[in-house]
Amino acid sequence: MLGLHILLVLMIIGAIIAIEVKDLLSSVVAVGAVGLCLSIVFLILKAPDVAITQLVVEILALIILIRATLKKDLPFSTSGRWLVNTFITGAFIVVLMVIAAKCFQDLPKFGYPDMRVARTYLSEGMAKTGATNIVAAVILDFRAFDTLGEATVLFAAVISVLAVVRRVGRKKEGQQEEEEEY
Amino acid sequence: MIQEKHKGMSLIVKTITRLTVGFIILYGIYIISHGHVSPGGGFAGGVIIALSFIHLMLAYGKEETLKRLPHNAASILESIGALLFLMIAVLGFTGGSFFLNFIPKGEPFRLFSAGIIPLCNVAISFKVSAGLFAIFVALVLLKLDTEKKE
Repeated sequence: MLGLHILLVLMIIGAIIAIEVKDLLSSVVAVGAVGLCLSIVFLILKAPDVAITQLVVEILALIILIRATLKKDLPFSTSGRWLVNTFITGAFIVVLMVIAAKCFQDLPKFGYPDMRVARTYLSEGMAKTGATNIVAAVILDFRAFDTLGEATVLFAAVISVLAVVRRVGRKKEGQQEEEEEY
Repeated sequence: MIQEKHKGMSLIVKTITRLTVGFIILYGIYIISHGHVSPGGGFAGGVIIALSFIHLMLAYGKEETLKRLPHNAASILESIGALLFLMIAVLGFTGGSFFLNFIPKGEPFRLFSAGIIPLCNVAISFKVSAGLFAIFVALVLLKLDTEKKE
Protein backbone atom coordinates (compact mmCIF):
# COMPACT_ATOMS: atom_id res chain seq x y z
CA MET A 1 0.00 0.00 0.00
CA LEU A 2 2.98 2.34 0.52
CA GLY A 3 3.89 2.17 -3.18
CA LEU A 4 0.32 3.04 -4.06
CA HIS A 5 0.44 6.20 -1.96
CA ILE A 6 3.81 7.22 -3.42
CA LEU A 7 2.37 6.81 -6.91
CA LEU A 8 -0.72 8.84 -6.00
CA VAL A 9 1.46 11.70 -4.69
CA LEU A 10 3.55 11.50 -7.87
CA MET A 11 0.38 11.75 -9.96
CA ILE A 12 -0.79 14.84 -8.07
CA ILE A 13 2.65 16.46 -8.50
CA GLY A 14 2.63 15.64 -12.22
CA ALA A 15 -0.84 17.13 -12.63
CA ILE A 16 0.22 20.35 -10.87
CA ILE A 17 3.32 20.58 -13.08
CA ALA A 18 1.17 20.03 -16.16
CA ILE A 19 -1.01 22.98 -15.19
CA GLU A 20 1.67 25.37 -14.05
CA VAL A 21 4.46 24.92 -16.62
CA LYS A 22 4.57 27.51 -19.43
CA ASP A 23 5.80 25.27 -22.26
CA LEU A 24 3.03 23.24 -23.89
CA LEU A 25 5.27 20.30 -24.80
CA SER A 26 6.49 19.99 -21.20
CA SER A 27 2.87 20.08 -20.08
CA VAL A 28 2.02 17.19 -22.42
CA VAL A 29 4.99 15.19 -21.10
CA ALA A 30 3.79 15.77 -17.52
CA VAL A 31 0.32 14.52 -18.48
CA GLY A 32 2.00 11.42 -19.91
CA ALA A 33 3.81 10.85 -16.61
CA VAL A 34 0.47 11.01 -14.80
CA GLY A 35 -0.99 8.42 -17.17
CA LEU A 36 2.00 6.09 -16.74
CA CYS A 37 1.68 6.30 -12.94
CA LEU A 38 -2.04 5.54 -13.27
CA SER A 39 -1.30 2.41 -15.29
CA ILE A 40 1.18 1.22 -12.60
CA VAL A 41 -1.50 1.92 -9.96
CA PHE A 42 -3.90 -0.35 -11.87
CA LEU A 43 -1.18 -3.01 -11.96
CA ILE A 44 -0.66 -2.77 -8.19
CA LEU A 45 -4.43 -3.06 -7.66
CA LYS A 46 -4.30 -6.32 -9.69
CA ALA A 47 -6.20 -5.14 -12.75
CA PRO A 48 -3.86 -6.04 -15.66
CA ASP A 49 -6.59 -5.62 -18.29
CA VAL A 50 -7.21 -2.02 -17.33
CA ALA A 51 -3.47 -1.41 -16.99
CA ILE A 52 -2.76 -2.57 -20.57
CA THR A 53 -5.62 -0.50 -21.95
CA GLN A 54 -4.63 2.58 -19.95
CA LEU A 55 -0.98 2.37 -21.06
CA VAL A 56 -1.80 1.88 -24.73
CA VAL A 57 -4.48 4.58 -24.89
CA GLU A 58 -2.17 6.95 -23.00
CA ILE A 59 0.55 6.47 -25.63
CA LEU A 60 -1.95 7.12 -28.45
CA ALA A 61 -3.35 10.23 -26.76
CA LEU A 62 0.18 11.49 -26.09
CA ILE A 63 1.21 11.10 -29.74
CA ILE A 64 -1.89 12.97 -30.91
CA LEU A 65 -1.36 15.72 -28.30
CA ILE A 66 2.31 16.14 -29.24
CA ARG A 67 1.39 16.31 -32.93
CA ALA A 68 -1.23 18.91 -32.06
CA THR A 69 0.93 21.13 -29.84
CA LEU A 70 4.32 20.91 -31.54
CA LYS A 71 5.47 23.97 -33.49
CA LYS A 72 2.32 25.88 -32.92
CA ASP A 73 1.99 29.15 -31.07
CA LEU A 74 -1.26 28.63 -29.27
CA PRO A 75 -2.63 31.63 -27.40
CA PHE A 76 -1.61 31.44 -23.77
CA SER A 77 -3.36 33.67 -21.29
CA THR A 78 -1.47 34.58 -18.13
CA SER A 79 -3.10 37.87 -17.23
CA GLY A 80 -6.40 38.14 -15.40
CA ARG A 81 -7.87 38.69 -12.00
CA TRP A 82 -5.76 36.11 -10.21
CA LEU A 83 -6.86 37.20 -6.71
CA VAL A 84 -10.55 36.58 -7.41
CA ASN A 85 -9.78 33.39 -9.33
CA THR A 86 -7.61 32.00 -6.53
CA PHE A 87 -10.25 32.84 -3.94
CA ILE A 88 -13.02 31.16 -5.92
CA THR A 89 -10.86 28.08 -6.55
CA GLY A 90 -9.98 27.80 -2.86
CA ALA A 91 -13.63 28.15 -1.85
CA PHE A 92 -14.64 25.41 -4.29
CA ILE A 93 -11.90 23.09 -3.00
CA VAL A 94 -13.06 23.60 0.62
CA VAL A 95 -16.73 22.94 -0.26
CA LEU A 96 -15.76 19.84 -2.26
CA MET A 97 -13.59 18.50 0.57
CA VAL A 98 -16.41 18.89 3.12
CA ILE A 99 -18.95 17.14 0.89
CA ALA A 100 -16.47 14.39 -0.03
CA ALA A 101 -15.63 13.73 3.63
CA LYS A 102 -19.33 13.16 4.31
CA CYS A 103 -19.83 11.00 1.22
CA PHE A 104 -16.80 8.76 1.65
CA GLN A 105 -17.96 7.62 5.08
CA ASP A 106 -20.85 5.75 3.49
CA LEU A 107 -18.70 3.91 0.95
CA PRO A 108 -17.97 0.21 1.56
CA LYS A 109 -14.50 -0.68 2.79
CA PHE A 110 -11.68 -0.78 0.20
CA GLY A 111 -11.69 -4.16 -1.56
CA TYR A 112 -15.03 -5.30 -0.08
CA PRO A 113 -17.77 -4.31 -2.52
CA ASP A 114 -21.43 -4.51 -1.58
CA MET A 115 -22.67 -5.79 -4.92
CA ARG A 116 -23.94 -9.35 -4.91
CA VAL A 117 -23.92 -9.71 -8.70
CA ALA A 118 -20.10 -9.48 -8.80
CA ARG A 119 -19.85 -12.51 -6.52
CA THR A 120 -22.06 -14.49 -8.89
CA TYR A 121 -19.88 -13.51 -11.85
CA LEU A 122 -16.74 -14.62 -10.02
CA SER A 123 -18.09 -17.98 -8.88
CA GLU A 124 -20.01 -19.01 -12.02
CA GLY A 125 -18.30 -17.02 -14.78
CA MET A 126 -15.93 -19.73 -15.95
CA ALA A 127 -18.55 -22.48 -15.95
CA LYS A 128 -21.12 -20.37 -17.79
CA THR A 129 -18.95 -18.78 -20.46
CA GLY A 130 -15.83 -20.98 -20.70
CA ALA A 131 -13.53 -17.94 -20.67
CA THR A 132 -10.73 -17.97 -18.09
CA ASN A 133 -10.24 -14.20 -18.29
CA ILE A 134 -13.15 -13.08 -16.13
CA VAL A 135 -13.00 -9.52 -17.50
CA ALA A 136 -13.57 -10.74 -21.05
CA ALA A 137 -16.38 -12.97 -19.78
CA VAL A 138 -18.10 -9.99 -18.15
CA ILE A 139 -17.70 -7.39 -20.91
CA LEU A 140 -18.40 -9.71 -23.85
CA ASP A 141 -20.94 -12.14 -22.41
CA PHE A 142 -22.72 -10.98 -19.26
CA ARG A 143 -22.62 -7.27 -20.12
CA ALA A 144 -22.31 -7.39 -23.90
CA PHE A 145 -24.89 -4.62 -24.24
CA ASP A 146 -22.46 -2.24 -22.55
CA THR A 147 -19.78 -3.17 -25.06
CA LEU A 148 -22.24 -2.56 -27.90
CA GLY A 149 -22.87 0.90 -26.49
CA GLU A 150 -19.16 1.57 -26.22
CA ALA A 151 -18.66 0.48 -29.82
CA THR A 152 -21.45 2.85 -30.86
CA VAL A 153 -19.75 5.71 -28.99
CA LEU A 154 -16.47 5.04 -30.80
CA PHE A 155 -18.31 4.84 -34.14
CA ALA A 156 -19.98 8.19 -33.46
CA ALA A 157 -16.61 9.70 -32.49
CA VAL A 158 -14.94 8.53 -35.71
CA ILE A 159 -17.81 9.74 -37.87
CA SER A 160 -17.90 13.15 -36.19
CA VAL A 161 -14.13 13.64 -36.51
CA LEU A 162 -14.23 12.68 -40.18
CA ALA A 163 -17.19 14.99 -40.73
CA VAL A 164 -15.52 17.97 -39.05
CA VAL A 165 -12.08 17.49 -40.61
CA ARG A 166 -13.14 16.39 -44.11
CA ARG A 167 -11.58 18.27 -47.01
CA VAL A 168 -14.65 18.45 -49.25
CA GLY A 169 -16.06 21.47 -47.50
CA ARG A 170 -12.72 23.31 -47.35
CA LYS A 171 -12.37 24.48 -50.93
CA LYS A 172 -13.27 28.15 -50.58
CA GLU A 173 -9.93 29.82 -49.98
CA GLY A 174 -11.19 33.26 -48.96
CA GLN A 175 -13.66 31.88 -46.50
CA GLN A 176 -11.06 29.71 -44.83
CA GLU A 177 -8.61 32.55 -44.37
CA GLU A 178 -11.33 34.59 -42.77
CA GLU A 179 -12.00 31.77 -40.36
CA GLU A 180 -8.34 31.43 -39.45
CA GLU A 181 -8.12 35.05 -38.37
CA TYR A 182 -10.38 34.40 -35.41
CA MET B 1 10.90 21.57 -42.36
CA ILE B 2 7.68 20.65 -44.09
CA GLN B 3 9.55 19.08 -46.98
CA GLU B 4 11.49 16.84 -44.58
CA LYS B 5 8.27 15.76 -42.91
CA HIS B 6 6.88 14.39 -46.17
CA LYS B 7 9.91 12.16 -46.60
CA GLY B 8 9.87 11.00 -42.99
CA MET B 9 12.56 10.75 -40.35
CA SER B 10 16.23 9.74 -40.59
CA LEU B 11 17.63 6.43 -41.87
CA ILE B 12 18.15 5.03 -38.35
CA VAL B 13 14.53 5.58 -37.40
CA LYS B 14 13.33 4.10 -40.69
CA THR B 15 15.44 0.94 -40.29
CA ILE B 16 14.37 0.35 -36.69
CA THR B 17 10.75 0.93 -37.68
CA ARG B 18 11.00 -1.56 -40.55
CA LEU B 19 12.35 -4.18 -38.16
CA THR B 20 9.92 -3.63 -35.29
CA VAL B 21 6.57 -2.86 -36.93
CA GLY B 22 5.94 -6.52 -37.75
CA PHE B 23 6.56 -7.55 -34.16
CA ILE B 24 4.22 -4.85 -32.88
CA ILE B 25 1.42 -6.07 -35.16
CA LEU B 26 2.14 -9.66 -34.06
CA TYR B 27 1.89 -8.61 -30.40
CA GLY B 28 -1.42 -6.91 -31.10
CA ILE B 29 -2.76 -10.05 -32.79
CA TYR B 30 -1.59 -12.13 -29.80
CA ILE B 31 -3.35 -9.79 -27.35
CA ILE B 32 -6.55 -10.00 -29.41
CA SER B 33 -6.61 -13.74 -30.00
CA HIS B 34 -5.77 -14.61 -26.38
CA GLY B 35 -8.16 -12.02 -24.94
CA HIS B 36 -10.40 -14.68 -23.37
CA VAL B 37 -7.52 -16.65 -21.82
CA SER B 38 -5.16 -13.97 -20.46
CA PRO B 39 -5.35 -10.21 -19.83
CA GLY B 40 -5.95 -8.14 -22.91
CA GLY B 41 -8.81 -8.15 -25.36
CA GLY B 42 -10.15 -6.54 -28.47
CA PHE B 43 -9.83 -2.92 -27.39
CA ALA B 44 -6.20 -3.04 -26.16
CA GLY B 45 -5.05 -5.17 -29.10
CA GLY B 46 -6.84 -2.94 -31.57
CA VAL B 47 -5.14 0.15 -30.17
CA ILE B 48 -1.75 -1.62 -30.43
CA ILE B 49 -2.35 -2.37 -34.13
CA ALA B 50 -3.43 1.22 -34.72
CA LEU B 51 -0.25 2.37 -32.96
CA SER B 52 1.89 0.24 -35.29
CA PHE B 53 0.42 2.02 -38.31
CA ILE B 54 0.88 5.38 -36.58
CA HIS B 55 4.51 4.37 -35.95
CA LEU B 56 4.90 3.75 -39.69
CA MET B 57 3.34 7.10 -40.44
CA LEU B 58 5.60 9.00 -38.03
CA ALA B 59 8.73 7.36 -39.46
CA TYR B 60 7.97 7.18 -43.18
CA GLY B 61 5.55 10.04 -43.72
CA LYS B 62 1.96 9.86 -44.83
CA GLU B 63 2.28 8.85 -48.50
CA GLU B 64 4.07 5.59 -47.74
CA THR B 65 1.57 4.62 -45.04
CA LEU B 66 -1.55 5.60 -46.95
CA LYS B 67 -0.29 3.41 -49.81
CA ARG B 68 -0.54 0.38 -47.51
CA LEU B 69 -3.78 1.34 -45.76
CA PRO B 70 -5.73 4.06 -47.58
CA HIS B 71 -7.99 6.33 -45.61
CA ASN B 72 -11.16 5.03 -47.24
CA ALA B 73 -10.13 1.45 -46.50
CA ALA B 74 -9.76 2.35 -42.81
CA SER B 75 -13.28 3.80 -42.76
CA ILE B 76 -14.71 0.73 -44.48
CA LEU B 77 -12.85 -1.65 -42.11
CA GLU B 78 -14.25 0.26 -39.16
CA SER B 79 -17.81 -0.14 -40.43
CA ILE B 80 -17.16 -3.82 -41.15
CA GLY B 81 -16.03 -4.33 -37.56
CA ALA B 82 -19.17 -2.68 -36.21
CA LEU B 83 -21.42 -4.74 -38.49
CA LEU B 84 -19.56 -7.96 -37.59
CA PHE B 85 -20.09 -7.30 -33.88
CA LEU B 86 -23.77 -6.59 -34.43
CA MET B 87 -24.11 -9.67 -36.63
CA ILE B 88 -22.67 -11.90 -33.88
CA ALA B 89 -25.18 -10.35 -31.50
CA VAL B 90 -28.11 -10.92 -33.86
CA LEU B 91 -27.00 -14.50 -34.57
CA GLY B 92 -27.72 -15.15 -30.91
CA PHE B 93 -31.40 -15.21 -31.91
CA THR B 94 -30.77 -18.69 -33.35
CA GLY B 95 -30.63 -19.82 -29.75
CA GLY B 96 -33.36 -17.54 -28.49
CA SER B 97 -31.97 -14.18 -27.36
CA PHE B 98 -29.73 -11.23 -28.22
CA PHE B 99 -26.01 -11.82 -27.49
CA LEU B 100 -26.56 -15.48 -26.66
CA ASN B 101 -23.37 -17.56 -26.47
CA PHE B 102 -24.57 -20.04 -29.09
CA ILE B 103 -21.24 -21.70 -29.95
CA PRO B 104 -20.14 -24.67 -27.78
CA LYS B 105 -17.94 -23.51 -24.91
CA GLY B 106 -15.06 -25.99 -25.25
CA GLU B 107 -12.67 -26.62 -22.41
CA PRO B 108 -11.09 -23.72 -20.47
CA PHE B 109 -7.52 -22.47 -21.06
CA ARG B 110 -7.68 -23.47 -24.74
CA LEU B 111 -7.36 -20.98 -27.59
CA PHE B 112 -10.57 -22.21 -29.23
CA SER B 113 -12.95 -21.97 -26.31
CA ALA B 114 -15.50 -19.62 -24.75
CA GLY B 115 -17.95 -19.57 -27.67
CA ILE B 116 -18.53 -16.14 -29.22
CA ILE B 117 -16.07 -14.20 -27.01
CA PRO B 118 -13.00 -14.55 -29.33
CA LEU B 119 -15.13 -13.63 -32.37
CA CYS B 120 -16.38 -10.52 -30.57
CA ASN B 121 -12.78 -9.64 -29.71
CA VAL B 122 -11.78 -9.84 -33.38
CA ALA B 123 -14.73 -7.68 -34.44
CA ILE B 124 -13.97 -5.04 -31.79
CA SER B 125 -10.29 -5.03 -32.72
CA PHE B 126 -11.13 -4.31 -36.38
CA LYS B 127 -13.35 -1.48 -35.28
CA VAL B 128 -10.94 0.08 -32.79
CA SER B 129 -7.79 -0.18 -34.89
CA ALA B 130 -9.32 1.16 -38.09
CA GLY B 131 -11.27 3.85 -36.26
CA LEU B 132 -8.34 5.23 -34.27
CA PHE B 133 -6.09 5.13 -37.33
CA ALA B 134 -8.72 7.05 -39.31
CA ILE B 135 -8.96 9.68 -36.56
CA PHE B 136 -5.17 10.08 -36.47
CA VAL B 137 -4.91 10.39 -40.25
CA ALA B 138 -7.70 12.97 -40.32
CA LEU B 139 -6.02 15.07 -37.62
CA VAL B 140 -2.59 14.85 -39.30
CA LEU B 141 -3.96 15.79 -42.72
CA LEU B 142 -5.74 18.80 -41.22
CA LYS B 143 -2.49 19.81 -39.50
CA LEU B 144 -0.52 19.65 -42.74
CA ASP B 145 -3.16 21.67 -44.57
CA THR B 146 -3.04 24.49 -42.04
CA GLU B 147 0.79 24.41 -42.06
CA LYS B 148 0.86 24.93 -45.81
CA LYS B 149 -1.36 28.00 -45.50
CA GLU B 150 1.03 29.75 -43.13
